[in-house]
Amino acid sequence: MTNSLRVPYDGIVMAAPVTIPYVRYSIESAQWWIGRALRSLVTESGIKVSDIDGLCVSSFTMGTDSGIGLTQHFGLCVRWLDTIPLGGASAIAALRKAARAVQARDADIVACIAGDTNHVDSFRLTLENFSRFNQDAVYPYGAGGANSSFALIARNYMRSFGVTREDVGRIAVAQRANALRNPHALMKTPLSIEQYLAARPISDPIHLFDCVMPCAGAEALLVMREDTAASLRLPAARLLSTIERHNAFADDPMQVRGGWAMDVGELYAMAGVKPDDLNIVQTYDDYPVISMMQFEDLGFCGKGEGAEFVRQHDLTIDGDLPHNTSGGQLSVGQAGAAGAYLGLVEGLRQVLGVAGPTQVRDASLGLASGFGMINYDRGLASGAAIFAGPSR
Amino acid sequence: MIDPIEPPRRKNPLLRTRLPTAPPRARSRTSHGFTRAAAEGRFMLQRCEGCGTFTYPAREACPSCLSSALAFVDAPARGLLLAETTARVPSDVYFRERAPWRVGLVEMDCGPTIVAHLHADCIEGAAVRMSFQLDKSGQAVAFARPEGETPDMADDRQWREMTADPKFRRVLVTNGRSAIGREAALALKAAGTKMVFVGIAEPWRPFAGEELLRRQDGIELVTLDAADEKSVGDLAADIGGKVDILVNTTEYVRPGGLLDRKGTSIARDEIDQAYLGFINLAQAFGPIMRMRGADGINNSVAWVNILSVHALANWPAFGAYSASQAACLSLSHCLRAELRPGGIKLMNVFTGPVDTEWFQTVPPPKVAPRAVAQAVVAGLRGGLEEMYVGDVAEEIRQRLAANPKALERELDR
Repeated sequence: MTNSLRVPYDGIVMAAPVTIPYVRYSIESAQWWIGRALRSLVTESGIKVSDIDGLCVSSFTMGTDSGIGLTQHFGLCVRWLDTIPLGGASAIAALRKAARAVQARDADIVACIAGDTNHVDSFRLTLENFSRFNQDAVYPYGAGGANSSFALIARNYMRSFGVTREDVGRIAVAQRANALRNPHALMKTPLSIEQYLAARPISDPIHLFDCVMPCAGAEALLVMREDTAASLRLPAARLLSTIERHNAFADDPMQVRGGWAMDVGELYAMAGVKPDDLNIVQTYDDYPVISMMQFEDLGFCGKGEGAEFVRQHDLTIDGDLPHNTSGGQLSVGQAGAAGAYLGLVEGLRQVLGVAGPTQVRDASLGLASGFGMINYDRGLASGAAIFAGPSR
Repeated sequence: MIDPIEPPRRKNPLLRTRLPTAPPRARSRTSHGFTRAAAEGRFMLQRCEGCGTFTYPAREACPSCLSSALAFVDAPARGLLLAETTARVPSDVYFRERAPWRVGLVEMDCGPTIVAHLHADCIEGAAVRMSFQLDKSGQAVAFARPEGETPDMADDRQWREMTADPKFRRVLVTNGRSAIGREAALALKAAGTKMVFVGIAEPWRPFAGEELLRRQDGIELVTLDAADEKSVGDLAADIGGKVDILVNTTEYVRPGGLLDRKGTSIARDEIDQAYLGFINLAQAFGPIMRMRGADGINNSVAWVNILSVHALANWPAFGAYSASQAACLSLSHCLRAELRPGGIKLMNVFTGPVDTEWFQTVPPPKVAPRAVAQAVVAGLRGGLEEMYVGDVAEEIRQRLAANPKALERELDR
């Protein structure tokens, strides 16, 4: 069966990018972080809480709560509600659902929020209780968490395509340079390629600076129709296209490509743009090697050419391919499910021209991608979105 | 190549004994299909009865055809190590203490890929043989070893966590008067133990093979009557902290069931020896063994019971004896649970009638005591939980699984 032609996202926009600055550890709850993000959405956009008639939340640390509990908790009365437990793919999935909801007028303004707290033991508890396959067949094997799972993928990928640690390190080093311009990044000191290479091993070939720092924080944005944004006088970015895919290439014995590779043609065709047209790219960087894989799978270069691509491009804010301009999760921190939103929210700021110290000049066309849920031996969920600012 | 383990030095009494910790224990119910496989030393995977696809991890529906008929079956154990990593900073205390810890992803010849613990001699890109082992939580884990034998293979540090190898360990065999006890002591001695203590009740009474045991270095006869609480307590006070493996060979075999016996005196003796003896041993030796589960190279690792396979299905000709064994079997599951926090394995070795005096009138096949002893060593080396020794035991295992009612009727002959 071939996919049927999709309805374009005509007149669907994102607005009000919100980041609640991250902290390494927080004694607050996930609900506290999500509540702060909701409040910021309201103050940022100037709308009333009662104007929000759709809510979509993602979090690993809400305990027994889902979106429904939050409606009463925060005094929201919505007519569209979703809870998306897709880890690093949550933001793209939320955006897609919210976009269709406002397009079909099931809702007018959807608040998409992800937030997580980080108590001293939350990360370990998240690892322990991640999924059934993980509990049965991964965690009891050295309890290395995602680091060990991605180490296996990285090792196989690097060996298969002749990728060195130095190649991968370029991504991390460039992101640190970007992060130094982001006052909210948890990493505040420069990182050289020498320091990257000399870092202590965590789960070979993953070393310290390949890993994100778990932290607490929240990210959010609003999804609505263009006419709604105009009536509220809200600066907004048009959604041009999205893709989403789960459990792709199940027959590959090890993961060397993500689901993007299945749908990348549609991603650009629907948006009517080429990879070269993009001014900023925000990949999902739980590990830099996964960003390298995304350059390939998102059509910037062929499979196996990621290392060469990274060598040929300057990925910093002032470079020829500004990538993960906030510093990404590698340098800003990974606030649980909010990590999924980090690139999308930063990308939205970029094309709206409100990114401040990390602003890329004349950025008007952006791409953000997501990747998540290493359920057993591979990341299962992938997605991407292309969006354009008002100047385009 | 791995370095052979060094004989442990005498323990420094001033140092704190390291307490046992356990690897992650949570599993889905279906995943315990692997626990069963590991307990018996079999390599089993789920295979779809609809389309024949092997799958892993444990599933409720076939990813090829969605059939829910996913039976655990014996599977080809060969695979290829695709990639490995060494976890250096695990988040869990057990692995943190044992880091660096090596794991890998193995593509099985029969299809699925399996995340597995790796033997140090496994090489990326080379063939491995997979097994399910019971870890210190008593849960099944996949373990990849090189396809062929390598020098000092059993000394691999990660492998030794999964097994109860007698090498360099100290063993108490609770009853040396029985043929099985005597053979077990000799077999364990030959397996590289540091010391085998052999319990003898009423040591002034001579017994068969006494000279053979007394002659051996590394075998020490100790006074022990399992049925006597004081005797057991006295011995535990003396050597309790030095028992790394306890092999409960206590036996009391008498023919007869209910109607052909008068009164309860024989049954009382059977219970005294086998069941209450077990309780005495467990209460005296269990707590210290459980505490010493992480006590170095010769940490405490296993408790072994030799049980009649008729603990599983009553044999009326030895009906009361069968019942005493069933009581011990039930209690062994309790002891297994209580020893688990120490990472101590409990292995039940089921035998059919043994070739000894008390089974004189029973026709063959009967099990040679030496075969039971060898099974004990093999089971400890493989880290097993259940063993069936001899043709009768194996047959009863299979018939019980096939149709317990048929077995019950046919044992009545």
